[in-house]
Amino acid sequence: MSVLPSAHDRSVGGERQVLLLSRYPTLFVPFYEKHWKALSGLALAALLFLYGVLTLGVSPSKIFFGLGELALMVMRMFPPDAKQFNIYLYAIAETLAIALLGTLSAAVVAFPLGFLAARNTTINRVVHFFARRSFDTLRGIDILIWALIWINVVGLGPFAGVLALFMSDLGIFGKLFSEAIEAADQKPVEGVLSTGGTHATSVRFGILPQVMPILLSQVLYAFESNTRSASIIGIVGAGGVGLILSEQIRTMELQQLSCVILMILVTVALIDFFCSKIRFAIIGKQAL
Amino acid sequence: MTSLEHHQVAYAQAVTSKRRRAWLGLLALTVCILISGQVAEISFSKLFQNIGSFTGYFVRIFHLENGQLVFTDFGEWFWGWKKWLVLMGETLLMAYVGTLLGAVAALVLCFFASKNITNNSVVVVASRRFLEFSRTVPEMVFALIFVVAFSLGPLPGVLALAIHTGGALGKLFAEVVENIDLKPVDGIVASGGTWLQKVRFGVLPQVASNFASYALLRFEINVRGAAVLGFVGAGGIGQTLLEVIRKFYYSDISALLVMIVVTVMLIDAITERVRYRLLGKEAKQ
Repeated sequence: MSVLPSAHDRSVGGERQVLLLSRYPTLFVPFYEKHWKALSGLALAALLFLYGVLTLGVSPSKIFFGLGELALMVMRMFPPDAKQFNIYLYAIAETLAIALLGTLSAAVVAFPLGFLAARNTTINRVVHFFARRSFDTLRGIDILIWALIWINVVGLGPFAGVLALFMSDLGIFGKLFSEAIEAADQKPVEGVLSTGGTHATSVRFGILPQVMPILLSQVLYAFESNTRSASIIGIVGAGGVGLILSEQIRTMELQQLSCVILMILVTVALIDFFCSKIRFAIIGKQAL
Repeated sequence: MTSLEHHQVAYAQAVTSKRRRAWLGLLALTVCILISGQVAEISFSKLFQNIGSFTGYFVRIFHLENGQLVFTDFGEWFWGWKKWLVLMGETLLMAYVGTLLGAVAALVLCFFASKNITNNSVVVVASRRFLEFSRTVPEMVFALIFVVAFSLGPLPGVLALAIHTGGALGKLFAEVVENIDLKPVDGIVASGGTWLQKVRFGVLPQVASNFASYALLRFEINVRGAAVLGFVGAGGIGQTLLEVIRKFYYSDISALLVMIVVTVMLIDAITERVRYRLLGKEAKQ
């Protein structure tokens, strides 16, 4: 136990001080002694940050030089050049097509699998375990890696992009769907079972009505984020607007680049807007 | 017409209009799917013809050059583990530094983007638009541009991660701040506290654990992101991975993929535990 701070020495004296100390020992522990765990954690985090900055070559001179370059680049981006607007528009359409098909196909396949991976609806523990681990593996591999693998199978082009999105979304949906199913209220299930329903009917009438709006809104969220992903998988040749982006940066056609980036931003904003409308229509006022 | 029949008619009408809307929605979706199928050059015949090369690909990446399965000789499979571990470490460091930088930026900006803390609506709208821009542009695009400006290496990757993280976390942080209890804040303002004291003693204690939890979640995402930033030359293990995939060094591909997947799973497990504790602590208070 530490000594009292001097301010307390003056305000409370003698017996009262001893009494207070014995009654509220934790209140008089100095700050660093009470929070030493958090403080040492913070110090470790700061040290790791410093180490990272040093080993990754993040030096002030480099940053200043780079920022100068960047400012020059940004200045040369204006005004945006929309000479090839139709080509860009088709690339954006391709991006949206990839996002839509990838998301939908993954959702359709993940729907039954989600029930297998949820603790309360699965067939047995082995299936549950393997379903979970497979989803983890699918998610652990990035879309760009899946795209590279699928390009080997179906060749360059948007189809490889659709399949890549399908793979990584399958992992995401499998996890999200099974979690939503696990979080469902068990009372309707018990009700169905108590009236003589089977396992299948209990899932159909006890769980499905509860989770359907949640699953649909998750699919919509995924579609939003997939529009963003689909706009970069073109970098490895899997279709969409990414190919144009990387080509324009490589050839430093910055005015056209800014036009494409603006178009992507507008598209993403539009998709977000419509998705939130649809989500609102599906879930109603109690928006998630 | 009895009142029962009346109700039945009303019910039937309500249901038909609902059904009609559902069918219309489905029809619109089908049209979208068909058009998308055309645009995205979907070809199931191509897929079924070549599906053998997909499965074959996975068979091949799990075989060593001498035709044995990779599990028979770990030394041969992970022959480059020393340099790969260094690269994986660099990837993790990039994710860490990027997340931390982004989280600090988000921490500063989120208070300006919250209506209940900042009264000036111009500041609120401006900071919100800025956050929106930073998170809408994919980090890969930032990385592509930064690689030109800052030259190849982990620095552009870190900056790309930081900007995207700042945008994504800033939005989440601002949402948390807008949902806090304003009574402590009012108390501090009433007793003459400055803006900084208001944030430090009124807001921060309420939101800190939520912020930390979101930042950890973002760290998870950034580890995955950092693993592929190397595809455009922005550091980390991605460059090596792209090289071995392009050059068909099959067993190396599986070794690197296994390494990435295991690392990601480990990070997920650790952060999940920490987040659980953070939020649990908050629930107890």
